[in-house]
Amino acid sequence: MQIQVSINGEKHQVDVEPRLLLVHLIREVLRLTGTHIGCDTTHCGACTVLLDGRPVKSCTLFAVQATGKEIMTVEGLELDGMLHPVQEGFMAEHGLQCGYCTPGMLMTSYAFLQKNPDPSEEEIRWAISGNLCRCTGYVNIVKAIQYAANKARQGGS
Amino acid sequence: MALRTSPEIGGMGHSIKRKEDPRFIRGKGNYVDDVQLPGMLYLDIVRSPYAHAKIKKIDSSKALATPGVAAVITGQDLAKYNLHWMPTLMSDTQMVLPVEKVMYQAQEVAAVLATSRYAAADGAAAVEVEYEPLPVVVDPKKALRPDAPVLRTDKKDKKDNHIWHWEWGNKDSTDRAFRDADVTVKQEIYLPRIHVASIETCGCVAHFDKVNGKLTVWMTTQAPHAIRTVFALVAGHVGLAEHKIRIISPDIGGGFGGKVPVYPGYVIAVAASVLTGKPVKWIEDRMENLQADSFARDYHIAAELAAKKDGTLTALKIKTIADHGYADAAANPSKFPAGLFHICTGSYDFKAAHVEVDGVYTNKPPGGIAYRCSFRVTEAVHTIERMADLMAHELGMDPAEFRLKNFIKPEQFPYKSALGWEYDSGNYAGALQKAMEKIGYAELRREQAEKRKRGELMGIGISSFTEIVGAGPSKHFDILGLKMFDSCEIRIHPTGKAIARFGTKSQGQGHETTYAQILAEELGIPAADIQIEEGDTDTAPYGLGTYASRSTPVAGAAAAMAARKIQDKARKIAAYLLEAHEEDLVWEPGKFSVKGAPNRAKTIQEIAFAAYTNHPQGMEAGLEAVSYYDPPNLTFPFGSYICVVDIDKGTGEVKVRRFVAVDDCGNIINPMIVEGQIHGGLTMGLAPALYEEISYDELGNIQGGSFIDYLLPTAVETPKWETDKTCTPSPHHPLGAKGVGESATVGAPAAIANAVVDALWHLGVRHVDIPITPAKVWKLLREKGVTE
Repeated sequence: MQIQVSINGEKHQVDVEPRLLLVHLIREVLRLTGTHIGCDTTHCGACTVLLDGRPVKSCTLFAVQATGKEIMTVEGLELDGMLHPVQEGFMAEHGLQCGYCTPGMLMTSYAFLQKNPDPSEEEIRWAISGNLCRCTGYVNIVKAIQYAANKARQGGS
Repeated sequence: MALRTSPEIGGMGHSIKRKEDPRFIRGKGNYVDDVQLPGMLYLDIVRSPYAHAKIKKIDSSKALATPGVAAVITGQDLAKYNLHWMPTLMSDTQMVLPVEKVMYQAQEVAAVLATSRYAAADGAAAVEVEYEPLPVVVDPKKALRPDAPVLRTDKKDKKDNHIWHWEWGNKDSTDRAFRDADVTVKQEIYLPRIHVASIETCGCVAHFDKVNGKLTVWMTTQAPHAIRTVFALVAGHVGLAEHKIRIISPDIGGGFGGKVPVYPGYVIAVAASVLTGKPVKWIEDRMENLQADSFARDYHIAAELAAKKDGTLTALKIKTIADHGYADAAANPSKFPAGLFHICTGSYDFKAAHVEVDGVYTNKPPGGIAYRCSFRVTEAVHTIERMADLMAHELGMDPAEFRLKNFIKPEQFPYKSALGWEYDSGNYAGALQKAMEKIGYAELRREQAEKRKRGELMGIGISSFTEIVGAGPSKHFDILGLKMFDSCEIRIHPTGKAIARFGTKSQGQGHETTYAQILAEELGIPAADIQIEEGDTDTAPYGLGTYASRSTPVAGAAAAMAARKIQDKARKIAAYLLEAHEEDLVWEPGKFSVKGAPNRAKTIQEIAFAAYTNHPQGMEAGLEAVSYYDPPNLTFPFGSYICVVDIDKGTGEVKVRRFVAVDDCGNIINPMIVEGQIHGGLTMGLAPALYEEISYDELGNIQGGSFIDYLLPTAVETPKWETDKTCTPSPHHPLGAKGVGESATVGAPAAIANAVVDALWHLGVRHVDIPITPAKVWKLLREKGVTE
């Protein structure tokens, strides 16, 4: 099937099998490997990307469901060589270790802060509860998101 | 420890930001599944629905007719090359692909090679296998009965399911101490099967270049060098020689012990690439990962403790049945089939102890590996810390007071334990007192007493653990004969920048940062100017890899030793440049100056330049060194954790209200990274304490084989960890460091379990096995008449 998608602002027309998963379109066809696969059951969130601004788990969507839509992946966070505040926050607060869950965490955090720019700790914890991290124990991820919220409120982004 | 270097140099003690992060936060890491080669074939695996069955027939015809499918590989195909069985790290054997029968549910039965991931999965679904089910043995205690079916029929003369018996310590003196004891307590403790469940599963891309005869394997492995040697030894007869094997362990998405073993999928992918001459990718999915990869724990423990009336501990006795599944595929040092379980006397001054462990075969996946733990240390710590609480409660003593009375005292170090270990250093009371102060222990006990009067269930649990990490001294430690040293090779470039390579492999621990800091500390070259590389066997020096918290204790020490060799040569060059005697030079990180004339100095960068442009006649040019470090002893990190839980009487849910962790890992390289390791470790301690378990029904069907049933804690369940530290340097490590990556995983579960039992003790509850699920607690509360 022919589909048209826009990914991080770049338009693509691709011929895909109807059963191709969105995550495989992103990783293997478009070769943006920042989006990871950690489970097959929508639990771990490593594959989280934004579809028209909404975080979705790309392992449980077909590529054809993204036709005509705007996809944003971790590779789209940095603009003109400037890191997004969530990226800065994860680095500054040691919010990552092995880095495997990080792209999904970043995309969930990004979308969450768009909706809720001044969240409480509890709100942050619920917001990222669909993303599993096995390394950090989440404490520093929460701090990273708080860092990004503060930075954005001060006009960082 | 006082800082010796400036923030610009960034040696030990500086919380410098990680060098790894810029690529990870941009999605530019390079994990195995990111490797995509032209012409690559994909491998998918057909797995057994039965836990024990004869294979009567494998019909590949429909699979071969599936579009995109290139080949179907069975055990018969591998048997032609004698590759259908392989050795385990414990010198047992396990199947790569079966010829006669399968031994656990989800075992590999056949493999399908195809031009795409999807075609390979189609092909796997089309392979038709006829099975004849056999009697299943799930319970290791039943497996030991004389009437149990013998599982390993492949082993001639094998008449039962017993693998090995191992014992340690002095039985006679222990029995005597028990006879003379005023008080004894006994408890059966089960530590269930769990899975490390790193967020990245396992996989590889194997590429056999037929023209050059060279095999390159990108692989999720924590020990690339050992894997290369194992491949050469196992497949030497089909022409794979060690100089023609290159193992690359790229970025690894978490390891925790699960990426130490060689799984059949790797071997099949390598065989497929050698046969086809094409690159072959095998990436397991999450269910395969949970259902077939090595598990951890599965120890059925019976422990006894003896004490005097005044609360002085005298002896410890443990008997354990270790369920290894159908093969002993543990990753332990060869000499110790139960790993370092004999650290089980813990932080206490025992005069006598005796441990027995029996390994048993059952119809489950082979193992067991560590779960972020140094070879069965969690099993040991959980046992002694649960037993210490049991004894304290039995004697009517406060568990903190009981521990303070029985701790090994600071002046007793180096301390020889009743089970033969030489503990390097410790101040156990210091850590516990700090934790008690931080959490407000006395006030919590008052609160608990008041709540108990009102019928509310609140518990306080302590775990004062001692770990044993940094394997290990070559005299006692090897895996398949390979001694457990590790290595560092440093090259200083003419402009004073450097590259250093190691035999270990980070899986998130931040080696690129911490190793650079060790070298910055020793050489005064800024950490930012030092490139760290590991995980490529063609370039890195040989080492045994990263697990068992051994990177800082062993490879970190190698870094210091190699740097000191460089410093020795730099001194000679500086003396030549400054026209001074070597002994008249004073070193401070980054430069040599002449004693009494501090302005006459040469920086390490100037010395490096001279090493290539103006070195003394008769001296070899260059500034390089390598160290293969054989540690003189293990290191013994420790800590005290205190946990407060509230239990919901209606649902049985345990809520961790507060958790204070005071850790002591000796001198710290990067405080930010150490704290991160502790946060992560605590969460992997919480997980098996309250949520994670892999169990099997009577037929050997796995319960908990996906993230639907196997519950990893999310940010919502995970408490806000409160950490602190004490610092007792190791005298056996050149930097005084001890290792820290696993301490919290080892120490935390017992604190949580002790808190739960503490909350329920007055109701007559003496023990609860982990995971302490709401259902388990609710059932107990019903039994005790608390909940209707």
